[in-house]
Amino acid sequence: MQDVLDRITSNPKFHEFIAMRSRYGIIMSIISAAAYYGFILLVAYDKEFLAAKLGAGMTTSVGVPMGVGVIVFTILLTWIYVRRANTEFDATNENIIKEAQK
Amino acid sequence: MTLKHILSAVAALAVAGGAMAAGADLGNTQQQATNWTAIVMFAAFVGFTLYITKLAAAKTKSAADFYTGGGGITGFQNGLAIAGDYMSAASFLGISGLVFANGFDGLIFSIGWLVGWPVITFLMAERLRNLGKFTFADVASYRFSQTPVRVFAASASLVIVAFYMIAQMVGAGQLIKVLFGLEYMYAEILVGIVMLMYVLFGGMTATTWVQIIKACMLLGGATFMAVAVLLQFGFSPEALFTKAVEVHSKKDAIMAPGALIKDPISAISVGMALMFGTAGLPHILMRFFTVPNAKEARKSVAWATTWIGYFYILTFIIGFGAITNLIQNPGDFYVGGEIAKGLKGGGNMAAVHLSKAVGGDLFLGFISAVAFATILAVVAGLTLSGASAVSHDLYASVFNKGCSSEQELRVSKIATICLGALAIFLGIAFEKQNVAYMVMLAFTIACSSNFPVLFMSVLWKNCTTKGAVTGGFVGLILAAVLTIGSASVWEAVMGNPKGSAWFPYNSAAIFSMTAAFFTIWLVSILDNSAQAKKERALYPSQQLRSETGLGASGASGH
Repeated sequence: MQDVLDRITSNPKFHEFIAMRSRYGIIMSIISAAAYYGFILLVAYDKEFLAAKLGAGMTTSVGVPMGVGVIVFTILLTWIYVRRANTEFDATNENIIKEAQK
Repeated sequence: MTLKHILSAVAALAVAGGAMAAGADLGNTQQQATNWTAIVMFAAFVGFTLYITKLAAAKTKSAADFYTGGGGITGFQNGLAIAGDYMSAASFLGISGLVFANGFDGLIFSIGWLVGWPVITFLMAERLRNLGKFTFADVASYRFSQTPVRVFAASASLVIVAFYMIAQMVGAGQLIKVLFGLEYMYAEILVGIVMLMYVLFGGMTATTWVQIIKACMLLGGATFMAVAVLLQFGFSPEALFTKAVEVHSKKDAIMAPGALIKDPISAISVGMALMFGTAGLPHILMRFFTVPNAKEARKSVAWATTWIGYFYILTFIIGFGAITNLIQNPGDFYVGGEIAKGLKGGGNMAAVHLSKAVGGDLFLGFISAVAFATILAVVAGLTLSGASAVSHDLYASVFNKGCSSEQELRVSKIATICLGALAIFLGIAFEKQNVAYMVMLAFTIACSSNFPVLFMSVLWKNCTTKGAVTGGFVGLILAAVLTIGSASVWEAVMGNPKGSAWFPYNSAAIFSMTAAFFTIWLVSILDNSAQAKKERALYPSQQLRSETGLGASGASGH
């Protein structure tokens, strides 16, 4: 077992892989935080923009689809990450482990 | 604290748009007529869930079964259970009540409660699952010296659980008066005892199923209400909003941001507490160890995010539906039939009244039972995580290292009983207190103590025991002290004159969380002890396990 662990640790592919996956996770976190804080900063600094109507004679304001959009975007982002992690990343991970077990 | 203090506190909070600082809160309520439909439906829920507990009890033999339900829960089930843990009665009634009162502001508020989930998904879920076994302290202490980290983790967890629990227990007492027309005291004893039976006999398996059933009932009920509302307007949100603006006293202002965000620092700080606090709540973190592997752990957060997000969209529609349905029928829903006197049972009852408007008495009974069952389920989850902090982190890892699984299980059951008794006691003790700030305080402490320690220990090679523990305690204490100094506690709870609060913001998170991270960093880099060198040397093997899952505790340590 220790051999396997050492072989993984010394495999440059492993370090490349985890660096890439961490980077992906951090980028996705920044995107989701930017969406949320962008929305909150609009609330704090540009209430008029959010209060503007979607069209002439309409009641629905720009803020409603934007707010619902942030919720939907957050859900989509999570699924995009999970989908990629559960297929591509897990496959790469398994390959690295298998390589070390040979 | 006198009644005058409480009243002025409530008024001050309402004026200051304190909802954001306060977390959705149920406030003080008036006892209503006994609602037998709701009581019967709730009794049916309890009967059914206790039957499940009986089935689960047969399988709860080891400490692993108790903490993680044997690790055999699927990602989809766990996602529902996490959503069940997170969608509290306060968020259902509080957010729909906020939409009913202020419209768009309710949507802003609810979004804040969702944004923590992607962070957990992208940065924590997999590593948590790979490193942990029963509690998040397993993860945080993986390469550190056990005693200090466990003591820290257990203290922080118990403090968070206590504040979260008080808010839930007081909410239960207030709700039972309005929903069932029963006395406050009944709620405390009922919730305390039923919850104890779930946790004591069925452990994590029963608690998980209670969460799942409750989540399905809540999502189903809320979907029915939202669809019924949209049906009235031919499924046109525009028509719904137009009608709402026409009847609401604030007119078009309900479609725009209002007074929810006072200043940008408070807004960002509250956002941080919600975003990172979610990733530090012990009862949420514990759920990651109930699934067999990292793949399922990721799926559980994705499902949880989906259900919670969907739920918040529903509460927005429900809030607007309440505006269009209730305001035009003041005779049925307002005190004395007068709008000026407010909704029967208080502003948070908007969703409950709407359920009667769209589904009659039977559906009202159903929604009331669901709202109460929600509290029961959340309290069960909290108690389980508190008990595991005592039995797994304190007893089995500090006081009696190497104890058997049976001994550990026995201690966790004793801890459960003590926590149940404590919950009842605190619920009664805080009946007349203003507990509005407590859920937010729990989030602030979680994001300033558990989260930084977890994050740094897993992701930063140079982190040491000393750094993690010192930083964690600094964050914990600072979060509590600054919250005491903010208007929502200093003025609203302690009765100091308005304007005397010495901490000017709604939330301490931006300061306390930064201080925790900074302290962990500073103390760690200054730590050159032999122990610190050993801990740094262990990082590669921890990293190997956290990233690949090799050597990860299988389905709960079988």
